[in-house]
Amino acid sequence: MGLFDKFQGLVAARGELEALGIDPFGVEIERILSPTEGIIRGRRTILAGTNNYLGLTFHPDCIAAAHRALDAEGTGTTGSRMANGSYASHRRLEAELAAFYGMRDAIVFSTGYQANLGVLAGLTGPKDVVLLDADCHASLYDGCRLSGAEVIRFRHNNADELATRLRRLGARAADALIVVEGIYSMLGDRAPLEEIVAAKREHGGYLLVDEAHSLGVLGERGRGLVEELGVLADADLIVGTFSKSLGGTGGFCVSDLPALELVRYSSRPYIFTASPSPATIASTRQALSILASGRELRARLRANFEHLHARLTAMGYTLGASPSPVIAVVLADRVEALQFWNHLLQRGVYVNLMLPPATPNGVSLIRCSVSAAHSPEQIDAVCAAFAELRATAGSVVAEHGAGG
Amino acid sequence: MLEYPQILAELKSGLTALTQGRLEIGEDTDLVGDLNLDSLQVMNLLLEIEDRFDISIPVSILPDVRTVKDLALRIENLARGG
Repeated sequence: MGLFDKFQGLVAARGELEALGIDPFGVEIERILSPTEGIIRGRRTILAGTNNYLGLTFHPDCIAAAHRALDAEGTGTTGSRMANGSYASHRRLEAELAAFYGMRDAIVFSTGYQANLGVLAGLTGPKDVVLLDADCHASLYDGCRLSGAEVIRFRHNNADELATRLRRLGARAADALIVVEGIYSMLGDRAPLEEIVAAKREHGGYLLVDEAHSLGVLGERGRGLVEELGVLADADLIVGTFSKSLGGTGGFCVSDLPALELVRYSSRPYIFTASPSPATIASTRQALSILASGRELRARLRANFEHLHARLTAMGYTLGASPSPVIAVVLADRVEALQFWNHLLQRGVYVNLMLPPATPNGVSLIRCSVSAAHSPEQIDAVCAAFAELRATAGSVVAEHGAGG
Repeated sequence: MLEYPQILAELKSGLTALTQGRLEIGEDTDLVGDLNLDSLQVMNLLLEIEDRFDISIPVSILPDVRTVKDLALRIENLARGG
């Protein structure tokens, strides 16, 4: 078998896209205008697929903080956290994250992907067991793979299946790591954390919750689903990203476990990469402070996503879950989803196209992500584009549900 | 005690359903090369087998599994507590 033979499937898939004249995975934002608007294909386009939940990417205080750090500390650290890449600001951000959650310590990673890779590979090894929700993000699967741990999946959001698997582990359950997300990125549905916590309490184990899509979104202070459901104390490890509600790049893990400090020494994705730049850390610290006191932002975000969800439901679309900032519209198949996505872009609305195998249960999705920075007029314009497509292509919408 | 023939029969039946009977499934059938299954399909098949036999099958065994026989042997080994 030749080196490039494995790409045959990809070549065929790209050929299909070329035949349709659509390139959903190579969209260039020619100019970014604001958290919710950019120029794409030469036209002003509403960005409704950027996970910029609080719209902080252009916040003047975050930009000013990044400018100051850039001037004072330079463009990059040119090194790993283990070597020359730990600045006072990295440690300050870690202390601020730990204080935000009321936990002992935090570790900052260079990306959200690396946070999941780094925590799983640093914490678990070939003799350990990870119990993974089937719909977990690729970074969690990849972290498991890098760790070499024994990985047992349970069906998505099925706490009974988790309990069954913990029971089968017997005495080993006490040291198993249970891995779930707050809000799942594909359908926008939430984990049944109370039931998952109940299974953990009954059988043992440690719980890791990835709050990538719920940080800043859920909970009174924005600490995610664990705060919203009052189970923060039951989450042994929380991971998250700076690249969604915090408007930067990077990731983190917070925990009360004293062993978190040791993960630094065993985590290859932490050790063998350069640390985040001073400007990135500075904007993230500023954004975290805005997020923590951002009740108004969260209220605006909620009003926006509830409005869009209600309107799409009223139009007869099948949606992936109850209202959240991630609103997934379920379509019949790949081709209809591709065409739908393209028609929305032609009408000046950018959303994400999600196709199998990245999606659960083989569904094809149009995924909107809503921001607190979307104006009521922008949400109305997104609704109008969906309404127009509903009127012109009624057959586009599938009969089947999202299965989640 | 869960025996190899029982596991093999269950795997064949699950794979036949998954591939809608397009191919004859044997012990030497290659899951990816012959059946063109993606990793998600194979992992979801494992969930069915787990239910059927009330055992947990780590998906981390999959990188070492190529054929139906490889998979059946690994499951047999797991069922014995190995």
